[in-house]
Amino acid sequence: MMKIDFSGLDASVPLCGNTDELCNEISTEQKFELPTAADFDGFQREAVQMVKPAKGTTTLAFIFKEGVMVAADSRASMGGYISSQTVKKIIEINPYMLGTMAGGAADCQFWHRNLGVKCRLHELANKRRISVTGASKLLANILYSYRGMGLSVGTMIAGWDETGPGLYYVDSEGGRLKGTRFSVGSGSPYAYGILDSGYRFDMSVEEGAELARRAIYHATFRDGASGGVATVYHVGPNGWKKLSGDDVGELHYLYYPVEPASVEQEMTEVSGL
Amino acid sequence: MTKQQANWSPYDNNGGTCVAVAGTDYCVIAADTRMSSGYNILTRDYSKIIQLADKSVLASSGFQADVRALQKVLAAKHLQYQHQHNKQMSCPAMAQLLSNTLYYKRFFPYYAFNVLGGLDHEGKGCVFTYDAVGSYERVGYSSQGSGSTLITPFLDNQLKSPSPLLLPARDAVTPLSESEAIDLVKTCFASATERDIYTGDKLEILVLNASGIRREYMELRKD
Repeated sequence: MMKIDFSGLDASVPLCGNTDELCNEISTEQKFELPTAADFDGFQREAVQMVKPAKGTTTLAFIFKEGVMVAADSRASMGGYISSQTVKKIIEINPYMLGTMAGGAADCQFWHRNLGVKCRLHELANKRRISVTGASKLLANILYSYRGMGLSVGTMIAGWDETGPGLYYVDSEGGRLKGTRFSVGSGSPYAYGILDSGYRFDMSVEEGAELARRAIYHATFRDGASGGVATVYHVGPNGWKKLSGDDVGELHYLYYPVEPASVEQEMTEVSGL
Repeated sequence: MTKQQANWSPYDNNGGTCVAVAGTDYCVIAADTRMSSGYNILTRDYSKIIQLADKSVLASSGFQADVRALQKVLAAKHLQYQHQHNKQMSCPAMAQLLSNTLYYKRFFPYYAFNVLGGLDHEGKGCVFTYDAVGSYERVGYSSQGSGSTLITPFLDNQLKSPSPLLLPARDAVTPLSESEAIDLVKTCFASATERDIYTGDKLEILVLNASGIRREYMELRKD
């Protein structure tokens, strides 16, 4: 039986007979073009220095009795210049999985969006949600294949699947670690100090959120490349929920309110007579 | 014998500054028209702004050859979109398209610092700011290019609105009227021209609102 030929409607078929550079760029099947330089690594180093992609950050996540707590700051720096104080570093991959952003902002944004697409395709193909293990493996495999090419991604995939809460650390070197407590970014040493000393498995949601918020605050206090707004998300059995977003400048005065100086107190007492 | 290497860079910086400000029902996009290379001025009358769709305008500074190539790619993709979907691309859709286009050249970047301005589905002004490899963010105002370090602190002082990340959310719309925003942008460039050698000659301003698009010019110092 003759079948109707729909091949012409296929979006990836070139529209013109002779393909040229512009045609390749605008066709739907896009690939990563590589420069034909003699010294690829040197060129990448120079290009990255010149382009100065935005990075510098503090992110953290931990598993506890009530699920997963995820928190991050919101500053992006380009060299010494603060390019933004309002970056969304906690990326909502789907309603029950979150990814954090540390390293190159464009790298993290693009590959998390790509991961979200792959997770959705998995759901459609298998009629069930993808596990956190599976999602983190998909991302880790992609990043491993680009290993050595200069991608800078330090991310945590946090979610709740059939096996309960899940947390994985994935980076652009190809590393993938399962764990219960992670902090990533230039401010992570400071965040670990607060997180490790205050952590208990059987915290309530409010206690966990307060620990996460404090850890981000202290990292922004000491690390110049972290700052802006401290956001805290909680992932529970019904998905994630944003718990708070507080300006760290205001958090400072909340945690360390200004004491009126003793001289001023004397003055007010005298004038009260 | 050591390998011979090319002493040639595929990039150059043609300077210039772009600014965009979003309002409740308008968007102002502006850029200077000076194109330079090192200490030379190549021309005083080069437009860095292009209208990609009826509600999206792109302004880019950096290497103008890469900017021109990027503009062509986006215009071609927009035309394909119109053929396939029988409608114009919205500004947020164009914003993501630009991000993906920039990222696909992650290993040989477009040396272009972009600001995309336009109106969203509700008719509110929106501005998207980018780095050279595609990371983007919707903001109330933005500046990119050689004069951005001079202009952004001034805009922060005049326009800074509560961060969209705060919870409970606070309204982040620029309270300025359209004419006030245009005056503000003119002030920005007049000041940036004083202290940045790559910014000057003439200012091109595009204003997008419900009634359409309007273009205005202002003379800047030519020294």
